[in-house]
Amino acid sequence: MKNEKLNKILITGNEAIAEGAIQAGCRFFAGYPITPQNEIPAYMSKRMPEVGGVFIQSESELAAISMVMGAAATGERAITTSSSPGISLKQEGISYIAGAELPAVIVNIMRAGPGLGNIWPAQSDYFQATKGGGHGDYHNIVLAPSSVQECFDLTLSAFDLADKYRNPVMILGDGMLGQMMEPIQTKGHRPHTKGPRSKNQKPWAVTGCAGRAPNLVASFRMAEGEMEKHNIHLKNKYDEIEEKEQRFEVFYTDEAEIIIVAYGTMARIAKGAVKNLRAKNKKIGLIRPITLWPFPKKAFAQSPRPNTQYLVVEMSNGQMVEDVQLAVGGRCPVEFYGRTGGGIPSEEEITKIIYGKDV
Amino acid sequence: MEKTFNLPQSLVDIPTHYCPGCGHGVAHRLICEVVDELGIRDKIIGVAPIGCAVIAYKYWDFDCCEAAHGRALAVAVGIKRCRPEAIVFTYQGDGDLAAIGCAETIHAANRGENLTTIFINNTVYGMTGGQMAPTTLLNQKTATTPGGRKAKFEGYPLKISELLAPLPGVAYIERVSTDSPQKIIAAKKAIKQAFVNQQQEKGFSLVEILSPCPTYLGMKPPDAAKWISEVLSKEFPLGRIK
Repeated sequence: MKNEKLNKILITGNEAIAEGAIQAGCRFFAGYPITPQNEIPAYMSKRMPEVGGVFIQSESELAAISMVMGAAATGERAITTSSSPGISLKQEGISYIAGAELPAVIVNIMRAGPGLGNIWPAQSDYFQATKGGGHGDYHNIVLAPSSVQECFDLTLSAFDLADKYRNPVMILGDGMLGQMMEPIQTKGHRPHTKGPRSKNQKPWAVTGCAGRAPNLVASFRMAEGEMEKHNIHLKNKYDEIEEKEQRFEVFYTDEAEIIIVAYGTMARIAKGAVKNLRAKNKKIGLIRPITLWPFPKKAFAQSPRPNTQYLVVEMSNGQMVEDVQLAVGGRCPVEFYGRTGGGIPSEEEITKIIYGKDV
Repeated sequence: MEKTFNLPQSLVDIPTHYCPGCGHGVAHRLICEVVDELGIRDKIIGVAPIGCAVIAYKYWDFDCCEAAHGRALAVAVGIKRCRPEAIVFTYQGDGDLAAIGCAETIHAANRGENLTTIFINNTVYGMTGGQMAPTTLLNQKTATTPGGRKAKFEGYPLKISELLAPLPGVAYIERVSTDSPQKIIAAKKAIKQAFVNQQQEKGFSLVEILSPCPTYLGMKPPDAAKWISEVLSKEFPLGRIK
């Protein structure tokens, strides 16, 4: 078709997120260096000026997320990226962004913790990402890419969801996904707009009050009953998101006796194991949550067999497993296997855990 | 008879929540008078702090955005970089700007961000109950220095304006006071300069206002004003710093 060039490029997961943001029309980046996500600010520092956008290397993560809050308050699509320890610092601003109902995208390329931990891939920030993270009664929408292509595609979705619900959206990847290279198609389905940036497209934005009543972006609600009213409003929004936005992939779950549940890099590895085992006639499948919040409960509404066993595999000591247990609701057994601190379960390891030997 | 003293168009006509003799009301009004005189109400965006002035936007009749404690300048940077045609200012107290927001202040100034900052120095944390601020004087009693601030344990009053002045990105710094009508007129002139600088894209401008907090100084309003003039202004001298 005309103008439908398939732009195939070889790129890292980190760079795919950055390019996805550019193609989503994001024109503001602020961030602070931390491994293993440094490819994102490096890419943005080159790319943002090309499209008339803003790149700022901030003095801290605290400053970066507040800069994003300011940019988002003007109606601009804005992003900040970091890795686990840096994301802990960003929780202050994320809570304010949630309270003020601003759209913003936050990327966490997870490394092992707690504390400084190390720079190896991990999935140990699941609780922090999906259960709020900062103070107060709120939720991020959390998207978990499992390939470099998905790093790109889900970044586009992240900005759309953030705008649709006026809510922070977190992309939760890990060091392996961020660093690995794969060919992806960028499809060129978003125009590369070069400034001037979007003007006044969001009626609530602070842009100067010419021709309208003044706008206010704030999370503070001091008058009696006002905060509870706001919390109920947020709850209703979260309920709507839970109903409409659950995303997941099911892989070979027909007649499955065993279903592995994994996300991100871990799902990628589990998929390899499932493929090999199916080739050997083992009745095994995979459920891969793509939205971690809202958690895709719908994927667990019915089990292929009354006695299907679920095995949750994570690069942590067991965090998502709690949501799987809730979703399965005691109907079927839910087991867990994980490695942590930078350890990653291999296909062989998963197979051995399930069958007690090589198959 | 002609009315010569009117409510600025940018100031909302409601009573404020501030204590009697507090300097915030005067500072709010001066900003609004300047906004009117420069004709920038249509394109000004204020960033409100955490502290007693947390709801300053209730009194300012123009676009405003909240910031977490200390992060006003980071929020302002995000706004201004996306909307360079807007006039963006922060309004911050001593705890907000000089303690928890010290990094944001120094780095916004050092990047020469084309912003205006109105810095209210009343030497205490007002909203939380009169605790020691970075600008609290030696021997000054506060809720957390019941025996007075001692250099050995709490260090010295932090002169953030003097600290910022040598940075090349800083265009203008002036320290003013609201303890007398004459000084209020001078304060307004400085505030106006700080906004004009932004219009002329000169870089970072800051006006430090020595402002009375009678409640937590434990003084009557006239005594608090006198204390600023006779005591506080000795430690924090008024005038152009840069």
